[in-house]
Amino acid sequence: MFLKEYISDVYNGVTSLLKGMRKTGYYFLHPKEIITEQYPDNRATLVLAERFKGEVVMPHDANNEHACTGCTACEIACPNGTIKVVTKFDITPEGKKKKAIDALVYHLELCTMCNLCVVACPSDAIKMAPTFEHSVFDRSKLTKILNKPASKIREGIE
Amino acid sequence: MFSLEGITTAVQDWLFIKFNPTLALAMECIIVILLAITLFAGLGLVLVLMERKVAARIQIRLGPNRVGPGGMFQTVADTLKLIMKEGLTPDSADKFLFNLAPFIVMMVAMLLLAPIAFAKNFQIWDINIGVLYISAISSLSVIGILMAGWASNNKYSLLGAMRSGAQIVSYELSAGLAVLTIVVLTGSLQLSEIIAAQQNGWWIFKGHIPAVIAFVIFIIAVTAETNRAPFDLAEAESELTAGFHTEYSGMKFALFFLAEYINIFIVCAIGATLFLGGWMPLHIGSWEAFNHIMDYIPSSVWFMGKTFFLIFVIMWFRWTFPRLRIDQLLNLEWKYLLPISLLNLLLVAVIAILGWHF
Repeated sequence: MFLKEYISDVYNGVTSLLKGMRKTGYYFLHPKEIITEQYPDNRATLVLAERFKGEVVMPHDANNEHACTGCTACEIACPNGTIKVVTKFDITPEGKKKKAIDALVYHLELCTMCNLCVVACPSDAIKMAPTFEHSVFDRSKLTKILNKPASKIREGIE
Repeated sequence: MFSLEGITTAVQDWLFIKFNPTLALAMECIIVILLAITLFAGLGLVLVLMERKVAARIQIRLGPNRVGPGGMFQTVADTLKLIMKEGLTPDSADKFLFNLAPFIVMMVAMLLLAPIAFAKNFQIWDINIGVLYISAISSLSVIGILMAGWASNNKYSLLGAMRSGAQIVSYELSAGLAVLTIVVLTGSLQLSEIIAAQQNGWWIFKGHIPAVIAFVIFIIAVTAETNRAPFDLAEAESELTAGFHTEYSGMKFALFFLAEYINIFIVCAIGATLFLGGWMPLHIGSWEAFNHIMDYIPSSVWFMGKTFFLIFVIMWFRWTFPRLRIDQLLNLEWKYLLPISLLNLLLVAVIAILGWHF
């Protein structure tokens, strides 16, 4: 039985090696599989993965409205104090006071792109954007206010 | 039709007419030396570029593509950089051996060039014990590696060199036995006779399955003998920084690097000569028209094509397989390759005696 085991060892070894060589041989013969991005030559046509996390942004729609309620869940979730939510009180048409954001201050220079704020947000107001060209000459330029000037919270988001 | 034989004969005739025989012979020697050095430099540049391109394609990358069209001059630029660099010798190293080692490795590679037939009647030295000469000389390269590892006075270098010693000594056996199968089939140690015996078909086809097994064992063993991945324990850059050439820099490092590629070329050339018919064109039985067309391709092109195909296969190994541990390496040799090649040699001897090959 030793011989049988020996021969099957050799057989299994050779077939598994050939399997690997088949895969790499396929890649060698199919240049269209190449995934290299020739950055910065192809800056216009650059394709980045969906999951790429470059910075936190707050999407605004056409009416300059966002979905942030100012609940500060992101600020609490952030492990290194990257986000600071400055809130204010709006007066609704019914005469009631309503909490809203004055500014969502985001310190890109402190951010580790851990995605915890995006996960914590109950109204999906912030997300990760696939941008990565963040170099600037002055550190203060990395402190960003995510909500656009004069933007409002979208109707129906509590 | 283009042939290197014509050029060599013309040069020889002209030299012997113009000068007296001694001077002509000396000049021929100088021409051969220059050609060998040119071949080495050219091969180094081409093979390094080829390796990088093959590696890139296999790993779904582009590889060098900035210097020259398609990255053609990348290796030229790298060589220039290495020439400019300072060749440091560590303070506590054995200076003489440290500086000698790269040249020993290079010299061994150059000596191996002698009996290889690059084309029809285009051979430096058609020695009648060519195969023995090759297996004897190729085992000398371990001296250079051990010398480099010992003289560096560095534990990584020493470990790499010791591993390399164990590896080369073990794998020489199965490489030698694989070569012997062809010697048994041909009945000659002379490379030109081995090639001539493959006039009507290459040994890998004529020798049935034992020749194929011998070929596979030969390729595995020479991959190990040239210290290439998956047998690159001597360098093992992730474990031993760079193994035996950790302390080398500049041109001395480049010589080691060059010698590795030259050794690959030489073992592939020997594999092509023994198993794939050297410069012999591909002939299929009695297909007269087909055979005639194949004869029109120059013999040097056949030889280079076969050699570069084998080099590609070895590069394919390198970028596919993970590195073996030292115990796995020795297991593979002593438990698998050696018994199989011994049995295989016995089979081939039976085939040769009974005349079962074509």
